[in-house]
Amino acid sequence: MENTAKDPGLLPGWGIDADPKNDPTYPMRHRMNVGQDPDSKHRPTLQLVDEEVLKSIERQNVSAVFGTPLPPHGLSGAIRRWAFKYSESVYPHWLPLLLADRVDMVEGVLADLVHGHVPNIFAERGAKMDWKYNRSGFIAKLATVSLLTAGAIVLLSSKDEKKPSKKHRRCQA
Amino acid sequence: MLAMDYRGPRRVRAAQKPMPEIKHPQDAIVRVTRACICGSDLHLYNGNVPDTRVGTTFGHEFTGIVEEVGPEVTKVKVGDHVLVPFNVACGECHFCKQGMFGNCHESNTQASAVGGIFGYSHTAGGYNGGQAEYARVPYANVGPTVIPAGMDPDDAVLLTDVVPTGYQAAEMAGIQPGDTVVVFGAGPIGIMAARCAWLFGAGRVIVIDQVDYRLEFARNYAKCEAYNFNEMADPVVFIKKTTDFMGADVCIDAVGAEASGNAMQTITGRKLLLQAGSATAIHWAVNSVKKGGVVSIVGVYGPTDNLVPIGNVLNKGLTIRANQTSVKRLLPRLIEHVQNGIINPKALITHRIPLEEVADGYRIFSDKLDSCIKTVLISPSAKI
Repeated sequence: MENTAKDPGLLPGWGIDADPKNDPTYPMRHRMNVGQDPDSKHRPTLQLVDEEVLKSIERQNVSAVFGTPLPPHGLSGAIRRWAFKYSESVYPHWLPLLLADRVDMVEGVLADLVHGHVPNIFAERGAKMDWKYNRSGFIAKLATVSLLTAGAIVLLSSKDEKKPSKKHRRCQA
Repeated sequence: MLAMDYRGPRRVRAAQKPMPEIKHPQDAIVRVTRACICGSDLHLYNGNVPDTRVGTTFGHEFTGIVEEVGPEVTKVKVGDHVLVPFNVACGECHFCKQGMFGNCHESNTQASAVGGIFGYSHTAGGYNGGQAEYARVPYANVGPTVIPAGMDPDDAVLLTDVVPTGYQAAEMAGIQPGDTVVVFGAGPIGIMAARCAWLFGAGRVIVIDQVDYRLEFARNYAKCEAYNFNEMADPVVFIKKTTDFMGADVCIDAVGAEASGNAMQTITGRKLLLQAGSATAIHWAVNSVKKGGVVSIVGVYGPTDNLVPIGNVLNKGLTIRANQTSVKRLLPRLIEHVQNGIINPKALITHRIPLEEVADGYRIFSDKLDSCIKTVLISPSAKI
């Protein structure tokens, strides 16, 4: 059967119990009939699209203004472009964007190095504040990381010792 | 100019960036005088918000002096000291016309669910924020509001988000005289929501958190009861017992994605990012409120999914109200409250940190070091 627009006012009983005061939405919603609102097609002056802006496929158009910095670039940009093929209601949109953020982080470190800047990760993480205000916690964290690292090294090296070499296996055979 | 520069999860620095430019006839450029770090900035800082690009400048709570305006700007002029609501709002779209300035449809191309927000990832429009010496402010005829003569800039900067969000949390809750209101979260928003609950006639206000110094601050500032959930076997049972096993009339989630208190939520929501943040506060709110009660959500979550007890929402006949705050709509009333001394926003500010030390500011605020409640960044160009 064909889907055709219907006039709901022709349905028996349409609107007989309507109570505009019983509206839990907030702020109180003025239900503007877009078709009847003379201003409904009006848009603010449009910002010139002079660089790549990714657009949600749930939108009809680029918004009248938008942020300008950081257009997509590199591998992270390619992942972001792919993500924007999908709607905001599915994981293939959001999970690649999170992945792109992590790739972007690596690209950021590489860009720093290319420009001769070695990022001071200790300072960027504000770690001296931890040392200043949470010294015991800082030391505990450091000790935990050191222990885990040492444990991992011991575990890996002991596995290597137990594992017979190919040459040794050949001799046994 | 100097600006905060995001480099990846828990890595930020102050860096030199190009000056912002007028890109639209309704743009203004402001010289930032105050910029706060918000609890919701921590979702970005921790890398939990998709499409947070390296190089972004955060900061959606700021004040500044207008330095330049586009040809269509008529409501503010060069030299005005303005407070800038965190929403980027056109004032003309279907939603702005209804006062829903937090839901503007002409300020975000990258997502349809959320309007533009300064310095809040490309998912919220890709605007640089105010944790910088200068910022571009679109739709300058709508958002920026001239700070009334005599108002302290520290009060003004908290009118860009903290005060309106706390107020709207209480407003959306539909508090009736005598109601028992439970606020989850004793951060700046939770404390302000507790304070504002009294303005709507609450009979009892309870704040739940796990950080003792913040609970003490909430008791003093908001004149409410405040309890540490680590000292109770189950916060839901605690609230039931303290309300004659009926439940609170209203519960407010003022925590959002960074919530603690439930290992499963913490692991799946905050550590593994399998949810859009930890939904512990919503979970407790739904289960602590009475049947037929209201849950008001202002805590910020990511755009994907969360594990929430939706069956209990149905079984208890709850009303859930939530929104990004419509700052512009609330400002006239809240400016009155500040001027009349009913609300004292600047008392929340515990730390003033030079913009050059932004990484330290984030660490202090994020890890709740040095009894931090609210951090303000001062740019070297602030001069106020």
